[in-house]
Amino acid sequence: MLLRLAACLAIVTATSAAPVRADARSDARAQVEFGIDVAQRGLWREAIYRWQRAVEIDPTYAAAFNNLGVAYEHEGEFDKARGAYEKALQIEPENVQIRQNFELFKEINDRRRSANDKP
Amino acid sequence: MTDGAPRMTSRSPLLAVLGAVCALGALSLGCGITYFEIPIETPIQPKLDVSAFQRVLIAGFVAGGSEDVDANQETVRLLRSQLRSKSSLRVIDAEVMPLIEIAQDQNRSATADDEVPEPVGATNGVGGAPERGDQPLPLPQEIRDEKDIEPYERLFANTAYWKRIGEEHQNPLIVTGTVLFMPHTRSGFVSRDQEQYDSFGRRRIVPTRTFTERKGFILRPKFVFIDGRTGATMHSESYREEILYNAQQNTPALSSYFELMDRLVPNFLNALSSQKIRGTRVLLK
Repeated sequence: MLLRLAACLAIVTATSAAPVRADARSDARAQVEFGIDVAQRGLWREAIYRWQRAVEIDPTYAAAFNNLGVAYEHEGEFDKARGAYEKALQIEPENVQIRQNFELFKEINDRRRSANDKP
Repeated sequence: MTDGAPRMTSRSPLLAVLGAVCALGALSLGCGITYFEIPIETPIQPKLDVSAFQRVLIAGFVAGGSEDVDANQETVRLLRSQLRSKSSLRVIDAEVMPLIEIAQDQNRSATADDEVPEPVGATNGVGGAPERGDQPLPLPQEIRDEKDIEPYERLFANTAYWKRIGEEHQNPLIVTGTVLFMPHTRSGFVSRDQEQYDSFGRRRIVPTRTFTERKGFILRPKFVFIDGRTGATMHSESYREEILYNAQQNTPALSSYFELMDRLVPNFLNALSSQKIRGTRVLLK
């Protein structure tokens, strides 16, 4: 009886956790989509706010971290951009688009740093 | 019946593939676009804080290397026009300074001063010679290479002189330096794609290595940024660019000079003003 109860509890927990995750992702996705919309209109600070909200809601959302990387890069916040891209790649290491963004970012960042390091 | 069965089995993989394609299509239509290309402009902060200056004087350059290009005049003209359009600093229109002559005058007066005994620790007068205490190296009359240009560099350490120039122009940021633009030849093996046809008349591209002599130019500018209020050097940066052409190709020296300067100008501008690098990134849903 106790075993049956434990099994039922496990099933209930498993089935209820999935919708919670799905809800988090769908809330985060709404923030991401809104962020994309405003970024396309040039409102990058607002986009950053939305994508920050998205990663707070769902810290496993690679796309949101990628978008944050792009936005920080656009704002000249290079350390934050690097952090966001690295996080996105940590979550989705095989994502070609994130990798491509990161490579382009690194190219500019390296050039900027070597220029600043010159005596 | 026996004919029908094989037909059924041969069609089923095709149907399965078609079904999968349709399902994928429907899925992608249902999901919509998942990425967006967006143009971005990455700002690069200037290397120097020039907020204390409203004006910039591109004074002139100690230049040499090639007689075909007056690298002093051309560099001043190019940098002034670039700064006019890409910097918030007001560019001072002034005569281009003949720095080689100025350096030689300073050198002569320093040598003359050395012959007259003076109290120890005396500093150079305004617009006068470099600081005492060491015998100045002779300045070559003609600048052909790096070795010739080196002794001229002490001109930029003459703070009293640059302070006086600064006062004449209401304390601007002063840009000066050296520019060496010299012809250059290099021989060696160069890899080239060559068109070949085989016995069947098929065209093939075969990489071949041929020994060629190439000629071109080397551009070695050093930009020195001087605070016009104190005459002190704030920052300096050196670059080296090279271009080579086939020996048969006759490219005018002036166009080579501009081609090489084109590569350096963004770096020069980035010392004074923030630059934006345009690019494209992908936003993901």
